[in-house]
Amino acid sequence: MIVAEQLTKRFENFLAVADMSFSVQPGQVLVFLGPNGAGKTTTVRMLSSVLRPTSGSAWVAGYDVVTHPREVRARVGVLTEQHGLYARMTAKEYLNFFGELYGLTPAEICARSAALLEQFGLAGARGRRLGTYSRGMRQKLALIRALVHDPPVLLLDEPTTAMDPESALVVRDAIRKQAGEGRTIILCTHNLYEAELLAHHIAVIRQGRILYQSDKAEFLHDLLGPSQFQARFAHPVGDWTPTLPPGVRLVERGAEWMRFTVDDPVLSNPLLLRQMLSGPLEMVAFEEVTQNLESAYIEAVNRFTRPEAPHAA
Amino acid sequence: MLHDLPSALVITRRELRDQMRDWRIIFPVLFLAFVFPFIMNFTADQIVGMLRSYGVGILADSMVPFLLMIVGFFPISVSLALALESFVGEKERGTIEPLLNSPLKDGQLYLGKLIAAACAPVVGGCLGMTVYLLGCVWRGIPLPAGEMIAQIYLLTVVQAVMMVSAAIVVSTQATSVRSANLLASFIVIPMALLVQGESMVIFWGKSTTLWWALFGVLTLTVLLVRVGLAHFRREELLNRDLDSLNLRELWRVFYQYFRGGATSAWDWYLHEVARTLRGLGIPTLLVTLLAVAAVIIGVRLMQTMDAPQFQQTLMSENSKLQDLANQWPLFDYHPVVSIWWQNVRAMLIALALGAVSFGILGTLPIILTLVLAGYVSASVVATGIPAGSYLIGFILPHGIIEIPAAILATAAILKGGAALASGSGGRSLGEQCMISLADFARVMLGLVVPLLLIAAAIEAWVTPRVALMVFGG
Repeated sequence: MIVAEQLTKRFENFLAVADMSFSVQPGQVLVFLGPNGAGKTTTVRMLSSVLRPTSGSAWVAGYDVVTHPREVRARVGVLTEQHGLYARMTAKEYLNFFGELYGLTPAEICARSAALLEQFGLAGARGRRLGTYSRGMRQKLALIRALVHDPPVLLLDEPTTAMDPESALVVRDAIRKQAGEGRTIILCTHNLYEAELLAHHIAVIRQGRILYQSDKAEFLHDLLGPSQFQARFAHPVGDWTPTLPPGVRLVERGAEWMRFTVDDPVLSNPLLLRQMLSGPLEMVAFEEVTQNLESAYIEAVNRFTRPEAPHAA
Repeated sequence: MLHDLPSALVITRRELRDQMRDWRIIFPVLFLAFVFPFIMNFTADQIVGMLRSYGVGILADSMVPFLLMIVGFFPISVSLALALESFVGEKERGTIEPLLNSPLKDGQLYLGKLIAAACAPVVGGCLGMTVYLLGCVWRGIPLPAGEMIAQIYLLTVVQAVMMVSAAIVVSTQATSVRSANLLASFIVIPMALLVQGESMVIFWGKSTTLWWALFGVLTLTVLLVRVGLAHFRREELLNRDLDSLNLRELWRVFYQYFRGGATSAWDWYLHEVARTLRGLGIPTLLVTLLAVAAVIIGVRLMQTMDAPQFQQTLMSENSKLQDLANQWPLFDYHPVVSIWWQNVRAMLIALALGAVSFGILGTLPIILTLVLAGYVSASVVATGIPAGSYLIGFILPHGIIEIPAAILATAAILKGGAALASGSGGRSLGEQCMISLADFARVMLGLVVPLLLIAAAIEAWVTPRVALMVFGG
């Protein structure tokens, strides 16, 4: 579990992170969404006890990041923006080295390394020098390094940067699996697709501050309004409008379609469908309009960075 | 520290494996360890033969150990690059962060890197010297005495560790490999001077002096390692983002500590200077003991060395005193300023010496002065003049102020060096330097400079007249 309270980091005259408060439960993924320089990496470094917060506090896996840095570091797996591999080592040597640093026995290192290399498709390349690895392979190995000591907490900074789509898919699946195994995960990214795929909670960060945070469903609902549904008909709809149940509003119409916002789809959609099916037009489709995280993110940035806007977090 | 070693050695092993796989490291070290010594054997053979043919066998004998030292020194200087890039190189290549994220302590990380960086120069230097000595035996060149060989081996090892320690400190403070390499001159130049000094000692054949040199280098090495360990903080490696001296920031830190919480000059004098003075207790005691020891050494030197010419000079001192009293009329400020500036300059030289030696060499000016004072006093007493009269006539009138002032300034330098070495308060190296400098400036401006001015006035206007009264001029 990760808890941060008013976490702040100042470098001389530059405020890198300001008053960040959040918490992540085991099995959950919190995604930090934000552009480069937003303060994501500094936050990860504070949570891994590499940087000391200027003020505020944070607990990772039950330990205070300031007073128990070694205990924190022993329980955190960190994937940094740069993969940080030694070009003249083989994957086997590299994982042995980090396993030793984390105090694992040779047998544990061997078993963990073999399983992870297999899972990420690198088993065949374990004896190759890392200088010969492709960028995607390096990033995968860096993730394996972060997992080799079986940490309960994962801090992942841009884990799929520079990966080909196939490798990115493997890594995203692995992250989902790690969350499924009960690990607490913070994922920093500016890849909105990745965030949408993996996040349980989302925090939008800009200029060192959390502009907005909530769980993913609420995030979309809050920023883009209630769910939208679209009905498509066999013939032009003209000016016909069905009787709308409470909590349903007609927001847009086209030649052969209508779009509604629905506050509570479970309650209202059956009533709405019944109205439309009993109407004069033949309905051929009724589907939810996908709400895009990109739109929500842009809305969050616009809404909370206006000069008069209060900071939502 | 010993229980930190196993984890530190994990880092060391990785670094060594990496070094062994890089031909750019292996080739020069092997060349300097196995080929260069043979070339040096040839050189030694030629020089020794030539010197003997001119009948200067004593110089020829010194040439062999001198070249032994040079053979040992080259692998160290070549391997310096490894230490210089140990931290900053990893930072530049982006491999440092996974290490910083590991549960290793700062000290373990530092120690692991230090041992790894010291291995190549120590092994290379010792191998080179051994090959050189074997070559000497093979060519029939007479070997130096066993004691000198041992001294040169030890000096080479300690110097290697010292250079590597200094280079690692540079590596932790530098922001890029380029800036670390540019800073290497601050290690190479003092080392070149040191090796030059040691060469002179080898040519003199003074083995005792060489032991002292070894002791000095060993002390500095221990302090350098201590400084590195005390000031290394992983956060600093990621934080540092300045490639130039931030003079404004340095001045801010200096001024903040110099001024303290004072609201006026009087308040500063009353509270801040007094506070600094209270913190100088132990260093003042140490410097006082050193001062007493220096006087005793001076007296002993006089007893073991004959200085008849000096004693004859003293016999004609009375006429000179009369001249001095005439040349320095009462209330003429010129001699006062000269004496005062001379003493202030001596304290500034002490600061400069202390700055490069963690305060240790800062004690030299006061020690040398008091050794001389002890020597002169003993010489005077040897001419039959009572010690008490000499002290009252020549030393005490101004010395009673001047010596404590010098002791205080030296104590501030010593304390600054100790603070730098111990890394107290978790401050950065630059910040600690500025704080030590501010402490020294407080003591100098608040006490030493005014006291030296008073002492100079007494020395110019009072002492010659008291001396004339005592010695009946």
